[in-house]
Amino acid sequence: MMNLLPVVLTAIVGILIILSFFIPHPIVAEPAQVLQDWAIVIVASGYVLGAANVYKINGEAAIKQQKDWIYKWVLLGSMTGMMVIGFFFSGGTQFLGDGSPFKWAYDYLYVPMQATMFSLLAFFIASAAFRAFRIRTVDAALLAVAALVVMVGRVPIGNLMTHGLPESIQLPTMANWLLEWPQNAAKRGIAIGAGLGVMATGLRIILGIERSHMREEA
Amino acid sequence: MAFGDTLEKVDRRWIFLVVALLVVIPLLFPLRLPLAVSGPARNFYQAVEAVPEGSIVVLAGDFDPASAPELMPMTSSAVRHLFRKNVRIIALELWEGGPPLVDRILHEIGDEMGKKYGVDYVNLGYKSGREAVMPSFGNSFSRTFPNDYSGTPVGKLPLMAEADNFTKTALFVNISAGYPGTKEWVQQVQGRFDVKMVSGSTAVQAPEIYPYLQSGQVLGLLGGMAGAAEYEKSIEYPGPATKGMDAQSSAHMFIVVLILLGNAIYFSRRRANR
Amino acid sequence: MPACVTQSRRHPSFLDFVPSLLLALVLVLGLAPPPAAAAQDSLATTARTLEAAPPVAAPAPAADVVGVDGKNDSGKAIELSWSASPDEKAGIATFTAYLVERAASTAGPWTRVDSLPRGTHKKSDTVERGQTYVYRVTALGPGGAAAPAVSAPVKAVAQWFNTGRVSILLAMLLFFVLVIVFTMRAQAGEKLFVRRIPGIDAIEEAIGRATEMGRSVLYVPGINDIDDIQTMASLNILESVSKITARYETPIIVPCNYPVVMTLAQEMVKNGYVAAGRADGYDPDSVRYVTTEQFAYVAAIAGIMLRDKPAANIYLGSFYAESLLLAETGFSTGAIQIAGTAQVAQLPFFVVACDYTLIGEELYAAGAYMSREPRLLGSLKGSDYMKVAIILVIVVGCVLETAGVTSFKQFFASQ
Repeated sequence: MMNLLPVVLTAIVGILIILSFFIPHPIVAEPAQVLQDWAIVIVASGYVLGAANVYKINGEAAIKQQKDWIYKWVLLGSMTGMMVIGFFFSGGTQFLGDGSPFKWAYDYLYVPMQATMFSLLAFFIASAAFRAFRIRTVDAALLAVAALVVMVGRVPIGNLMTHGLPESIQLPTMANWLLEWPQNAAKRGIAIGAGLGVMATGLRIILGIERSHMREEA
Repeated sequence: MAFGDTLEKVDRRWIFLVVALLVVIPLLFPLRLPLAVSGPARNFYQAVEAVPEGSIVVLAGDFDPASAPELMPMTSSAVRHLFRKNVRIIALELWEGGPPLVDRILHEIGDEMGKKYGVDYVNLGYKSGREAVMPSFGNSFSRTFPNDYSGTPVGKLPLMAEADNFTKTALFVNISAGYPGTKEWVQQVQGRFDVKMVSGSTAVQAPEIYPYLQSGQVLGLLGGMAGAAEYEKSIEYPGPATKGMDAQSSAHMFIVVLILLGNAIYFSRRRANR
Repeated sequence: MPACVTQSRRHPSFLDFVPSLLLALVLVLGLAPPPAAAAQDSLATTARTLEAAPPVAAPAPAADVVGVDGKNDSGKAIELSWSASPDEKAGIATFTAYLVERAASTAGPWTRVDSLPRGTHKKSDTVERGQTYVYRVTALGPGGAAAPAVSAPVKAVAQWFNTGRVSILLAMLLFFVLVIVFTMRAQAGEKLFVRRIPGIDAIEEAIGRATEMGRSVLYVPGINDIDDIQTMASLNILESVSKITARYETPIIVPCNYPVVMTLAQEMVKNGYVAAGRADGYDPDSVRYVTTEQFAYVAAIAGIMLRDKPAANIYLGSFYAESLLLAETGFSTGAIQIAGTAQVAQLPFFVVACDYTLIGEELYAAGAYMSREPRLLGSLKGSDYMKVAIILVIVVGCVLETAGVTSFKQFFASQ
């Protein structure tokens, strides 16, 4: 019975949400809306669980002085510090208002660190392009030509290089054509396939065909 | 081929250093390369330009500081363009790191152009729940966001009394860095509520939006910093994106050189092995 | 100030500011009416404000006001339309705007709905379900208000089916039928052919390599929460992967991006160890929650890669900008890398930087491929045949569009 309950609940909720897409009547739409509101609450409440896990895993490693234990203390300290600042020093009704400690932490810690990590991509893509982008086959050659046209055509230098040519063979025009037609067609194909994969997996979960995530033991 | 061997074994940190120099130098010494406006960016501009004066527009800023260099310039340009037309803005964010960025843009440009919070623009802030928030928001703005970003009940904001769903708005502007973003808004809201929508996204995500652009579900698209620079040119207000295009140009050309060089070494080695 | 007044071009006099001054005084004294009430200014106020205008004739009235129930909704919308005032085209001197009001009956009281500029002859109004309304549209101008045109009573009702989504319903039913038919055929013992997917075959090889090198396996289930089907697909594969690592007694590390994903991942890894008969080998700390913040998560995984140096990195699930960061960092440690995602934008980075890549739906097929369970294989075949159906629809649609027949395409345009 206990094993069957989550399967039945999944089926009922899944079918109701699917029906709400087709039936606008409030007898279906309103419960579906309530379930969507509950989903928002459940996602938000998961963060409590996550924070507890971080403290457990890293706290044990820090106290027992396992490998890299100093970094664990840095993690725990900064996490606790941000939580305290966020709960008690975030500016109240002027949330993230200028001058609040939370805003300071956001502007001078969070924003630079996130921007730094994202900007690593610029370096990694250069090294990946040099290391791995090899024209081994005809397909790879087509890919390389398309990549070069789009890379140069989407920046002003591409416009500068070819602005004297007829518009149809200027690099920006060719880049836009590649983005609008061939890549669009390929992406649509992949997206349709992926969409069907989503539907198939969703259907398996709703009908209880796939329920490995619900078992406690195999 | 000794030179090829040397190049293949080069510590990748040298490549990183060259990339860094090629990005920093044009920022300090601008090249001012001429910019052409692409079709999708032109469509974005025209869709915003067609919004009647005095209307209400929803702006969803679904990004965080990581993608700020690409997306904040286009958000600023969109806000400026809308405020110029006396269009009022209801903003929301579905990314946790987004509200302060959008808030800063709204207040800075709002103050510059004499706009009043609560009357000309409102920032509803962040709501967790990702896609689940979207249809709920489409049904009722105030029910999904009972308070704005600073905790003020939306009932006290005059602008929110005039629009509680998409039937009262003229356009939906989505600036997105990934998930949840434009794709999810199209799937959950655009078709369901028949909303006119334009999108600005990161360069890597922009190709994914092209199918929606072609089908007419999205009326215009700004792709990455290039799209932001094209939009800045369209509204005749050059900003950080325009300045960044010189740096992006030199970095792109360097990557092209690396690809060609890497393949030159590969082909010469293949020929030598035959 | 009502919108119709702001559109007037005449010079303002002191009397024009009287309502504004009164409103300002009320606000200062803290007796401001709620915004909803402030927005519902009446025709009388509008008319008083216009009294001071130079003597110009009132515009001709609008006509034929018709209200109908909104289609395909929950009974909360009424669609209003009317014929233009003949003076609308005559210029601003006579016409400025339409004032739309509603009431429960023609006796009133009337509530302002909206004020619309010239050229607008439609309005969608949000109403209470089951309530009868009467609408009136009044043409306004500097010379005053025209006689209002009144509609017949109209009531909004909820529809039971959204007729704009018939095509989606039919496609969905066809898909369900195909999946169920093939699932039943598979369960009945029919052998279903599934082509080889090199990336999935390489997983066991990669784990074997990690065992030989005495290093661990790193499994990253993607960066989205459990509501993303890619994450579900990845977790299903994780059970098979952990079964192999349990058999080879190779440590597995599973850093998770969301707490709910972590709890499920723990179940999957535990199930894998139990299925391999190594329940005592399961380490709950091998599955850990890191952070929900994207780049902090990437930094943590990069740290694991550089410190622990796993010999096999498996990235299966939903990824975004961090895909190249993970793949390049993993490459620098010499690990064999297998990636799979349906995030089309990230596929090029994985293809370039990883040894094997599962593209798009191969990720969803992987669970069925590895387990070979008939019901899962059946659903795979069902989606393949659905693809054939979609291809046929695309081809037929292209031919018909080329021939100028648009009704086929229109049928598939959903609302």
